[in-house]
Amino acid sequence: MTEQEIFEDLSRKFGDKIIEFMEEGTQNPTVVVDAGTLAKVATYLKDDVRFQFNSLMNLAGHDADGETDLSVIYHLYSTELKHYITLKVFTSRDEPKVASVAELHKTANWHEREAFDLYGINFEGHPDLKRILMEDDWEGYPLRKDYVPAEFYRGMRIEKVK
Amino acid sequence: MGRLHAEEMVLNMGPQHPSTHGVLRLKLTTDGEIVSHIEPVIGYLHRSFEKHAENLEYQMITPFTGRCDYIAAMGSEHGYAMAVEKMMGIELPERVEYLRVIFAELQRIASHLVAVGTFGLDVGAITPFIYCFRERELILDLFEMASGARLLYNYIWIGGLAHDVPPGFVEKTYEFLDAFDEHVAEYNQILTGNKIFVERAADIGVMTPEVAINYGVTGPSLRASGVNIDIRRTEPYSIYDRFDFDVPLGQGLQGTIGDSWDRYYVRVLEMGESAKIIRQALDQLPVEGDVKSAIPRRIRPPKGEIYFRSENPRGELGYYIVSNGKNVPVRLKMRSPAFSNLSVINEIGQGWMISDVIAILGSLDIVLGEIDR
Repeated sequence: MTEQEIFEDLSRKFGDKIIEFMEEGTQNPTVVVDAGTLAKVATYLKDDVRFQFNSLMNLAGHDADGETDLSVIYHLYSTELKHYITLKVFTSRDEPKVASVAELHKTANWHEREAFDLYGINFEGHPDLKRILMEDDWEGYPLRKDYVPAEFYRGMRIEKVK
Repeated sequence: MGRLHAEEMVLNMGPQHPSTHGVLRLKLTTDGEIVSHIEPVIGYLHRSFEKHAENLEYQMITPFTGRCDYIAAMGSEHGYAMAVEKMMGIELPERVEYLRVIFAELQRIASHLVAVGTFGLDVGAITPFIYCFRERELILDLFEMASGARLLYNYIWIGGLAHDVPPGFVEKTYEFLDAFDEHVAEYNQILTGNKIFVERAADIGVMTPEVAINYGVTGPSLRASGVNIDIRRTEPYSIYDRFDFDVPLGQGLQGTIGDSWDRYYVRVLEMGESAKIIRQALDQLPVEGDVKSAIPRRIRPPKGEIYFRSENPRGELGYYIVSNGKNVPVRLKMRSPAFSNLSVINEIGQGWMISDVIAILGSLDIVLGEIDR
């Protein structure tokens, strides 16, 4: 199934929770989905026999410029039908939250922890949301564009990067 | 006599432990010798690769990618170069494509040799490890001839190669291949059918196809479960569609499909397939061609994003790159195969003895450099 057809089917099923279809400016045509509905969309895409998106290849957090909304990008693949779709959700910078897919795709467990660790995005329904790469008591979310590191970490000076 | 009092104990395996292949800590919840829960704790090797990448020009990132997966640096560089080239629409000279495939496959053999050798070492077989490293040295010699380095190459650049291979490289690679088949037979003699090794690996840590796909396991570990997915075959990149090679799958020859022994043996078979590809690539290698002719003066991918995946020795290596048209990426995420491959260990390692967890971990072939990035 092409990405366009998948988008049309999702629009019929979920109505205005499917926000737009992006084909320009990306090598992987993307469906923008409402952050609260994402888990339902992912479940539908996995369970429906016409889609069978059983493999979450990648999950990435993203901060475009340090001012606008944060986003999370899901790259899905079907090992049975060999087709692709990319989902994207936007969530506010001050209170970022997205429905978790960690129970649906077990691989998302660690990837969501990573996005939480580096971007501070809360994945609602995640079984064990905590930092994964940085230290547990690290302050701030390092991959945010407006991140300013603290001066000290446990008494050690953090070197400034120019 | 009172009843024996048994309670669960949390045991830390690592961070400093020779069989954890780097700096990994496993928090084992144990009931006697039986492990009831495994929680991997990672991040000890975190070097902020993605943060660095957002402050570096595209061509400056290439050496960083090699430092993530330091056992297969050529593979990391190749994947990164292809992702940026696809964004920019760069056509490569034929000679570059062939040389890249030769290096990527040599790297696959070298990486699998480490995997196979250290797996043997983990379960107590020391000799095969020395044998494997002997052959790996020969491959590193070839890499040294071409790039001047033995571990971290910075050789595959965006749009080409750092420089052409020196005279004598092709002949020396043929020499290596001619001797290699015999070496694989040696590994089979001393390790593959070794009774002790089979006892330690067969039927241990069985991974079903559903579990593997759900946890995002890729590469040889996935194929050992009988899932026929090799990105070189399912969505051929570079020039992999021109070569004739098989995709070995786990068959459960010594036990169950998807056990630790299968994960080992798929790697052994894959080395033979890689040797086949290298031989074909050497036969077809164009003599003419400037390996630097397609390297762009300014690397500024057009505004947009890409997720590009390639088959690294450990599995699917993906790069998610967002560009705003400038010479520095806005976002670069490396989807590292071992990161997902390691996350499955609690699922397949539960209920086994502590010593079996070591075998299962060895069979997954992890590199902490790319897990922590």
